[in-house]
Amino acid sequence: MTDQHGATPMIEVRALRKSFGEHEVLKGVDLAVARGEVVAIIGPSGSGKSTLLRCMNLLEQPSSGEVWFEGTQINLPGVDVNRVRMRMGMVFQLFNLFPHLTVLDNVTLAQTKVLRTGRDEAQERARALLAKVGLAAKEQAYPNSLSGGQKQRVAIARALAMRPAVMLFDEPTSALDPEMVQEVLATMDELVREGMTMVVVTHEMGFARRAADRIVFVDEGSIVAQAPPERFFGAPASARVRQFLEKIPT
Amino acid sequence: MTAGLQAVHDSFPLLLHGALVTVEVTAMALVLGAVAGLAGGLARVSPLAPLRGLAAAYVSVIRGTPFIVQLFFVYYAFPQLGIRVPPMVAAVCCLAVYSGAYQTEIVRGAIQSIERGQIEAARSLGLSRAQSMRYVVLPQAFLRMLPPLGNEFVALTKNSALVSLVTVQELLLSAQLIISATFQNFSVYLTIGIMYYVMTSIVSTGTQLLERRLKVYV
Ligand SMILES: Nc1ncnc2c1ncn2[C@@H]1O[C@H](COP(=O)(O)OP(=O)(O)O)[C@@H](O)[C@H]1O
Ligand SMILES: [Mg+2]
Repeated sequence: MTDQHGATPMIEVRALRKSFGEHEVLKGVDLAVARGEVVAIIGPSGSGKSTLLRCMNLLEQPSSGEVWFEGTQINLPGVDVNRVRMRMGMVFQLFNLFPHLTVLDNVTLAQTKVLRTGRDEAQERARALLAKVGLAAKEQAYPNSLSGGQKQRVAIARALAMRPAVMLFDEPTSALDPEMVQEVLATMDELVREGMTMVVVTHEMGFARRAADRIVFVDEGSIVAQAPPERFFGAPASARVRQFLEKIPT
Repeated sequence: MTAGLQAVHDSFPLLLHGALVTVEVTAMALVLGAVAGLAGGLARVSPLAPLRGLAAAYVSVIRGTPFIVQLFFVYYAFPQLGIRVPPMVAAVCCLAVYSGAYQTEIVRGAIQSIERGQIEAARSLGLSRAQSMRYVVLPQAFLRMLPPLGNEFVALTKNSALVSLVTVQELLLSAQLIISATFQNFSVYLTIGIMYYVMTSIVSTGTQLLERRLKVYV
């Protein structure tokens, strides 16, 4: 399938359904993310945003429907999911840094074990990325000695170390103290400027408004509205969206 | 009392030798038991149901029967099938299998105590299931295993006294031989009690020190 420019989407889900037992969490979602596009997914808690994101890199196995990445369907038997996942970076709400490894080793582990990059080269890349997220001085620290904002920036560097084609963010600032939200958003803004393809589940409407090419509103397992930010925030498509936006500080 | 001291003094080389055998039996059983425990623990969390079942059955049977029955079964019952097992081999293997069952549960519990997010982060970076286990889960799980493993190693050291019942001349059997010649029950049992206590103290202090050294990141 192709997007409006005739190019293959970076990621596409088609008729995606996901149930946990009896509970249907995604009720037939279609979404294509173009190369270089930044999509912000918003919606009430429990609406299925994380599940949608996690289906994209198959951390959750869809119950039915298709997931495509760079022109190949990936939720098929026989697909090497590890090869797919190493091209999709993921950043989690609770960081999920490896506590037993130093910051530097967090950023080199997958490079050496998955990409089979040599140790020196992996460390060089890790140092460059840590410098980029402003944590060059912390390379020998263990994650538990870092603030939440620092942890999340290390997690971003860890994902970037794999040279991913797309970055998936699952509420990257929701677990942070307010004063640390900006440093993480600034790092994400920089990725946007560099043209990274990004799918970001977020409640940060300021970020969504300035950074996203498209806002996707998910409610009760379905996409109920999507539009570029100006239109989405300027003239909300439905009462449901308006009601949601009113409750969120912007 | 002086006769007792004299008996202990005269037979001390024999007691030391017995203690050495105890250490040998315990150390070999500990290493083999740790291998069994790691294999069993990994099997318990395997995605393959038959492997999980096998490991669960192992733990259930071994923990559900007395050690002494297991030991006698191997030492006295196997010969009826034409399999003669030397006492030392029976001792080490039975202790290892017995301890391995407990270690299996320790390993399983520690692996399952590692947050799901750790595996998810590892998998999201492209690490395979096995690599995630090897580089992310097990190193963290190992630290959580240490306190219960320390207890298990102490239990193993104490259980090793039971192999005296299949003629392995370790510390307890050495003591009994000395007593049968000197009748100095009090001094000799007191002495080996102290010797066992020293051994178990070394084991538990050792695991505590290891834990403290590995805990740098917490
Ligand atoms: N692993 C799981 N097992 C069972 N239910 C789940 C699981 N993950 C999510 N859910 C349920 O699916 C629904 C959607 O969850 P989620 O995708 O996390 O929503 P959101 O990210 O929008 O808050 C929730 O009701 C949640 O309880
Ligand atoms: Mg969520």
